[in-house]
Amino acid sequence: MKKLIIALAATAAALGGLSSGAQAQEKTKVCFVYVGTKTDGGWTQAHDIGRQELQKAFADKIETPYLESVPEGPDAERAIERMARSGCAMIFTTSFGFMDATVKVAEKFPKVKFEHATGFKAGPNLATYNSRFYEGRYIQGQIAAKMSKKGVAGYIASFPIPEVVMGINAFELGAKSVNPNFKLKVVWANTWFDPGKEADAAKALIDQGVDILTQHTDTTAPMQVAAERGIMAFGQASDMIAAGPKTQLTAIVDTWGAYYIKRTKALLDGTWKSEQIWDGLKDGILTMAPYTNMPDDVKAMAEETEAKIKSGELHPFTGPINKQDGSPWLKAGEKADDGTLLGMNFYVEGVDDKLPK
Amino acid sequence: MIEAILLTIITAATPLVIAAIGELVTERAGVLNLGVEGMMIMGAVCAFAGSYLTGSPLLGVLCGIMGGALFSLLFGFLTLTLVTNQVATGLALTILGLGLSGQIGESFVGIPGVKLQPIVFPVLSDIPFVGPLLFKQDITFYLSIALIIGVNWFLFKSRTGLKMRAIGDNHGSAHALGINVIRTRYLAVMFGGACAGLAGAQLSLVYTPQWVENMSAGRGWIALALVVFASWRPWRVFAGGYIFGAVGILQLHAQAFGIGVPSQFLSMLPYAVTIVVLIIISHNRRTTLINTPASLGKPFVPDR
Repeated sequence: MKKLIIALAATAAALGGLSSGAQAQEKTKVCFVYVGTKTDGGWTQAHDIGRQELQKAFADKIETPYLESVPEGPDAERAIERMARSGCAMIFTTSFGFMDATVKVAEKFPKVKFEHATGFKAGPNLATYNSRFYEGRYIQGQIAAKMSKKGVAGYIASFPIPEVVMGINAFELGAKSVNPNFKLKVVWANTWFDPGKEADAAKALIDQGVDILTQHTDTTAPMQVAAERGIMAFGQASDMIAAGPKTQLTAIVDTWGAYYIKRTKALLDGTWKSEQIWDGLKDGILTMAPYTNMPDDVKAMAEETEAKIKSGELHPFTGPINKQDGSPWLKAGEKADDGTLLGMNFYVEGVDDKLPK
Repeated sequence: MIEAILLTIITAATPLVIAAIGELVTERAGVLNLGVEGMMIMGAVCAFAGSYLTGSPLLGVLCGIMGGALFSLLFGFLTLTLVTNQVATGLALTILGLGLSGQIGESFVGIPGVKLQPIVFPVLSDIPFVGPLLFKQDITFYLSIALIIGVNWFLFKSRTGLKMRAIGDNHGSAHALGINVIRTRYLAVMFGGACAGLAGAQLSLVYTPQWVENMSAGRGWIALALVVFASWRPWRVFAGGYIFGAVGILQLHAQAFGIGVPSQFLSMLPYAVTIVVLIIISHNRRTTLINTPASLGKPFVPDR
């Protein structure tokens, strides 16, 4: 009996290997590993839309298998390795927490190309890619300062990592470029995803007198609360206009599709090489949802800022900028370097919060 | 301001109270169902689907209750009829519920929900402060109060309640006395499921009127902890739910207000408070033992 089972298993494995081998000759496999579900309405959904665009662009040349809800940690390594063994030519791992797992698997499979989102560890066959979300946050800050009657905005933050701190600072800098006295209240929800808690944070901020809301968490719950209470808000990761048709001013929309197509083309041409890419508005890796629910002059200002950021004329982190305690950080005209931004662990002047350590 | 904070606390505490009072009844009958999170999320998706498809949030609430109850029936069949391990089955129920609800809800993601409207009591709702808090709430809040009062009466004042507690304390003796252990337990499990479903409906129709996967975000586990926290007494479940809700909301206000306490510490507070209260309650071992259902989690096979 035992022998029979082994024989059967071996046959199945051989058949499986054969069939996948046959497929590999016809179509190149470009694989994706997701941290959430593809319908999460935010982060992972944005990646999956990118995957669908990629599939459409190379309809008969590639297939794009994906794994959903892969937990960060040891399981991630197994999942990525399974993808690598199944004959993937290139694997996109789309969460910061997959970083070390991706590095390990990349070392084991030197012929497979790896692309890790938002991380900072690269290798000969491992590239990283990220998006300059802060450019969008700067524009949001400017809009907030124009639209707010009280001069105070609320910011629902997730975890005190550089990415989030950078966003808060960019928002404050944008707002201060319009109204030097603009204040920003920050509430840390300590979660990426908990609709109830995000809604509670939104209510707490509104009850404390903010009249503009922005978020760095993943669900549309804060937008819904803003709509109910009649204040304005910004969307995050996806266009959240459906949750607040009369509430959303704009949203930062992640549009990974163009990048996925560019890298897959390089793979098929044989010109792929490991790079550390940090693209912004000008590259189309993020876009601004339509500027809605605002007067024409505010819209014109936002569009102008967007154009200036795209052309390189404006860098949101340009001095003079002081740190929160008033000590100088950047001299007039000086621009922050990418390294400092990616490791940002301090607030700029005007943020009304104590940064958790 | 205080009124606004209290309103937020009520919304946050209501699902915890409802789910916990249901589980309390299940556990009083001697069944440990760790699947509250799974039943809650099934209730949430069924309620949203029902509300969306019929256009009536009230029917949605009903769908949520039924969804939770039907899902708990699966647990009942496995643990009561097939006598599987209750702990393992309950955990499996949670995992299954999270997955199944995601599957059912796939087409509802991103659709704005219809909020369950409050029931306004004329005159009473105009009383300053008290009115908006107590007489201008949605039906789930009134049900949560009714459930606490009703369960308290049922367990300690009614004959059937006494029989059910007898089953929870010693199912062998109860069986010998001619009480139908299995049937009572089925009903208790389904009551727990219905309550968890109602709590889920509150999440997807009142708290945040939308459907997203995993939206219960651990509230089922908090409800389970509340039952122990309350040492199986209904009014303590009520108090515990509100303490937990209040600490969670107040820490957000403390942050927005700019009190210089690290947010990680504040986020931890509700759990820390729970542990402290547990210690205070459990220092008297005898009263704890009196309230704990002695047959909790033990399998029962009728000998004849």
